[in-house]
Amino acid sequence: MRAFTYERADSVDAAISAAAPLPSETKFLAGGTNLLDLMKGDVERPVRIVDINRLPLAQIVELPGGGLRIGAMVRNSDAANNRLVRTRYPLLTQALLAGASPQLRNMASTGGNLLQRTRCYYFYDASFPACNKRNPGSGCAAREGLNRIHAIFGASDKCVATHPSDMAVALAALDATVEVRGPSGTRRIPMRDFHRLPGDTPQRDTNLEPGELITAVELPPSQFAAHSHYLKIRDRASYAFALVSVAAALDMQGPVVREARIALGGVAHKPWRVERAEQMLAGRRLDSAAIAAAANAAVEGAVPLADNAFKVKLARAAIGEALETAGAMS
Amino acid sequence: MAMAEKRNGPDKLSGIGRARRRFLTEAGALAGGAAVAPYVHGADPPQARAPATSPGAPATSGAAPAVTHTRLIVNGRSHELDLDPRVTLLDALRENLRLTGTKKGCDRGQCGACTVLVNGRRINSCLSLAAAHDGDEVTTIEGLGTPAAMHPMQKAFVSLDGYQCGYCTPGQICSAVALLSEAEAGAASAVTRDVRAGGPARLNPEEIRERMSGNICRCGAYVNIVAAITSVAPKGRT
Repeated sequence: MRAFTYERADSVDAAISAAAPLPSETKFLAGGTNLLDLMKGDVERPVRIVDINRLPLAQIVELPGGGLRIGAMVRNSDAANNRLVRTRYPLLTQALLAGASPQLRNMASTGGNLLQRTRCYYFYDASFPACNKRNPGSGCAAREGLNRIHAIFGASDKCVATHPSDMAVALAALDATVEVRGPSGTRRIPMRDFHRLPGDTPQRDTNLEPGELITAVELPPSQFAAHSHYLKIRDRASYAFALVSVAAALDMQGPVVREARIALGGVAHKPWRVERAEQMLAGRRLDSAAIAAAANAAVEGAVPLADNAFKVKLARAAIGEALETAGAMS
Repeated sequence: MAMAEKRNGPDKLSGIGRARRRFLTEAGALAGGAAVAPYVHGADPPQARAPATSPGAPATSGAAPAVTHTRLIVNGRSHELDLDPRVTLLDALRENLRLTGTKKGCDRGQCGACTVLVNGRRINSCLSLAAAHDGDEVTTIEGLGTPAAMHPMQKAFVSLDGYQCGYCTPGQICSAVALLSEAEAGAASAVTRDVRAGGPARLNPEEIRERMSGNICRCGAYVNIVAAITSVAPKGRT
């Protein structure tokens, strides 16, 4: 690991000030579960670490109107097991518990989870010379290499990486908002705009500016607590990243869908909302024909690579199962 | 504590263990320049690198790193440490405090061998900077029990043979102890049928396997590990 300076911030303002002189070379340290791993692998090379573990951002508070504000330093295990999250947003609890291991969830923070970097092998192992995300302009080794775990939606010539978070997939389905603060003030970014598609700048995972700090995630009031399901498909039963995951949330009136939300994980550079499939379900009876039509629509336009065509079929089937399970709940 | 040592004859094996550790210490010292933190892994310039077979590279890359003063309360004892900021909690425990019960497996958060309890919660000590734990209370396997006065979970692993080589065992046991307190507090898991319901969690084998999924055992002692944890879990909750 390369040398860095370490300082602990005791306020949000102090953290932002500490990062301001060298915003691109400074990293905020929260749980460290991804950052330290990448620093050990020489993928991340910060010269300054600002430890934000003691910042007063570890609260979950109710918002007027029934929403919820989850502080950026709330640990994944605490967010998952918070009573209000479990009862109002069980989809988020399920997604959080599907990720990583109990130890890692005790460390990982809400803000840090959003900033996880891709698990593309060619990005993660610095001995591969070509990776546009790690080394802009160097090429993409995954496009012609082993790309079984890579994207089927929204990829570019420059990058076919996927975003690894489960939590972010549920947050996308639940229309969460990310609150960030930087030297020029506070911004609120809708989840759908928080992560980016790779395009020509795959080195940028998100629209967070250098030096900006995530302070909270806010959830709007939810009508989906009675009918939601997070389904994660992976190579082993637990403790692995998603090949495909589905966050499905339904607002039901009897057998009829009032509104649907569907987001996919493991298939794109960002949590992948499938609005067209959502709209097809709205106002329809949730029967097998409606589910099949929505699942088919959701994977339309998928562009598989040499090794990951199975993801198209898998996503379609997983959407079907997640919708069926969500619809059958009460 | 090392279970394999107890079963196979503590004197003989622990002697070998000491010799091996002494060798590693000397190998680290020979790599040179390791004044503050002899075991910081990484990507320092080639001239500063330790041999590939050594457990780590010295903490010198260009400018001398600043030292962070860190106070750790480990197994009830307070320690004041001056550390290179790169030192992980795992390396501080093993190399600075010589508490080698906590094991380094993958050193990348994938195996769970380094699991310790920090303020009562299980974490991977390999992915945590020691400096970030200033003032924290750490419990390692040495703090759970001793060969003469074992923790109930240690006893269960011994009596139900919840290990083979023993390398992952300290992490497994720390993890299992935390699992029981999490379940008691009502924590849900990925296999919990309905996360909306509260109350203490049931600990059937499926739940135990999921809740222990962060601890890999290359010997494959999982069946007996589940049995050991089941035997310590509250009766009527399994």
